[in-house]
Amino acid sequence: MTQLTQRAKQVDRKPMTLLERIYLWNILKGMMITISHLFKRKATIKYPEEKRTFSKVFRGVQILNRDEEGREKCTACGLCAVACPAEAITMEAAERQAGEEHLYKEEKYAAKYEINMLRCIFCGYCEEACPKDAIYLSQTFAPSNYGREGFIYKKEDLLIPHPIENPEAYKKALGEKGGNA
Amino acid sequence: MELFYLILEKLLLVGLIVSLSMVVAMYATWGERKVAAWLQDRIGPNRAGPFGLFQPLADGGKLFFKEEIIPLVSSKFLFILGPALAMITALLTSAVIPWSTPLHLFDRNIDLQVADVNIGILFVFGVVSLGVYGIMIGGWASNNKFSLLAAIRGASQMVSYELPMGLALIAVLMLVGDLRMSSIVANQLENGWHIIYQPLGFLIFFICALAECNRTPFDLPEAENELNFGYHQEYSSMKLGFYLFAEYINMFISGVVMASLYFGGYDIPFVNEASWGLNQNLLAIIGFVVLLSKAFFFVFVFMWIRWTIPRFRYDQLMKLGWTRLIPLALLNMILTAAIVLWLKK
Repeated sequence: MTQLTQRAKQVDRKPMTLLERIYLWNILKGMMITISHLFKRKATIKYPEEKRTFSKVFRGVQILNRDEEGREKCTACGLCAVACPAEAITMEAAERQAGEEHLYKEEKYAAKYEINMLRCIFCGYCEEACPKDAIYLSQTFAPSNYGREGFIYKKEDLLIPHPIENPEAYKKALGEKGGNA
Repeated sequence: MELFYLILEKLLLVGLIVSLSMVVAMYATWGERKVAAWLQDRIGPNRAGPFGLFQPLADGGKLFFKEEIIPLVSSKFLFILGPALAMITALLTSAVIPWSTPLHLFDRNIDLQVADVNIGILFVFGVVSLGVYGIMIGGWASNNKFSLLAAIRGASQMVSYELPMGLALIAVLMLVGDLRMSSIVANQLENGWHIIYQPLGFLIFFICALAECNRTPFDLPEAENELNFGYHQEYSSMKLGFYLFAEYINMFISGVVMASLYFGGYDIPFVNEASWGLNQNLLAIIGFVVLLSKAFFFVFVFMWIRWTIPRFRYDQLMKLGWTRLIPLALLNMILTAAIVLWLKK
């Protein structure tokens, strides 16, 4: 018979030899295989304490960026919402008042910014669409939740920690990819 | 007064051994899950306490708080009797096992054996065969055809495998010439372990012990994943817990019995511990620890086998028992008898 692939293996249908029919020898061989796994490196990890490192291009939960002085970069232009194929992003814009210059980088800012994590497909188009480098996809994923409401991430959930007030958390959230701003 | 002390001593010993069996069975469930995990490259339960050591407590607590369901059409008395019987028979076997050399406390020699009856090993067999009733009654009283079928499966399996087990044992009894557990162990202290004289007998005994404990590859009465969970399908809460628990106690006890019958009981191999000149009590404790570690090794092997090979088909199981093990055991018996006779001449 012609073989379709190189990987096909012919099944051996010879009658069993005495050693095979006694069966104990084969059981012993199998047990040696399993016992060798006792000493192998475990494939699983202790999840909440240990976490796997994702690849550098991993697209996780969105983060709203701040500049070095801690001002929000987002101008609520809505390009990310337009780019979003899953229509997961909604926002409301507001105008920066006098005295709020330390909070928002530009004259316009997002008063409300929500991403529905149940809709989001983590494609990263929002990151690509953003002209202000205000949104990027981090290397963490959205943790589980008991209700649907918990998956609608508000601006407070998405904003990166303040770089001056909380520099360590900021660095951690920035990860390996946010730094090129 | 002497009688009072004797009763007190035996009561204490019974309490100790029963609670020991319980604790060991408890941690056998933890061990089973850990061994399963390790053999499959996983970590295993590690949430409850350090290394997941409180996991059995959590499991037990969970079982206690589950709803107790007794089927309306079942015969209630038998339904409750089933798991109780399984548990009682599992615990009864430990009564005749010599756990170690005697302790010397309060000017008394305390035998670490609840009852040195002159039919010791027969008692073990009798109680083990009673264990079938736990399964039968439970399966029948559930008034569920699947439970009933599983119970019949279990009963016929246990009855079939008791035969070669007994036949393998006869060879050992020929070597010893006594049914007492204490003299079986004493004989091994003198003449070397029975595994040297009876390798085939041990193999048969071990395979039958797997079948008697309903362990893989002979776990057909349960067959959790395929055959509708077996005879305890209608059971819930701690009654189910009793069945599962009894299985682990059986495992531990059969490990101890195998260690006592073939692996020298509380004997430490290759050394003469009496020549160390140690305190009698210390020696007794060392012997006890040695016996326990032998038993734990067997429990580990049981688990190791479970996570290595798949289950036998039912006809294969019966064929193995009746056409392979029984003739082999008979052959072993006749050979041993011939050699024993020849050497005595």
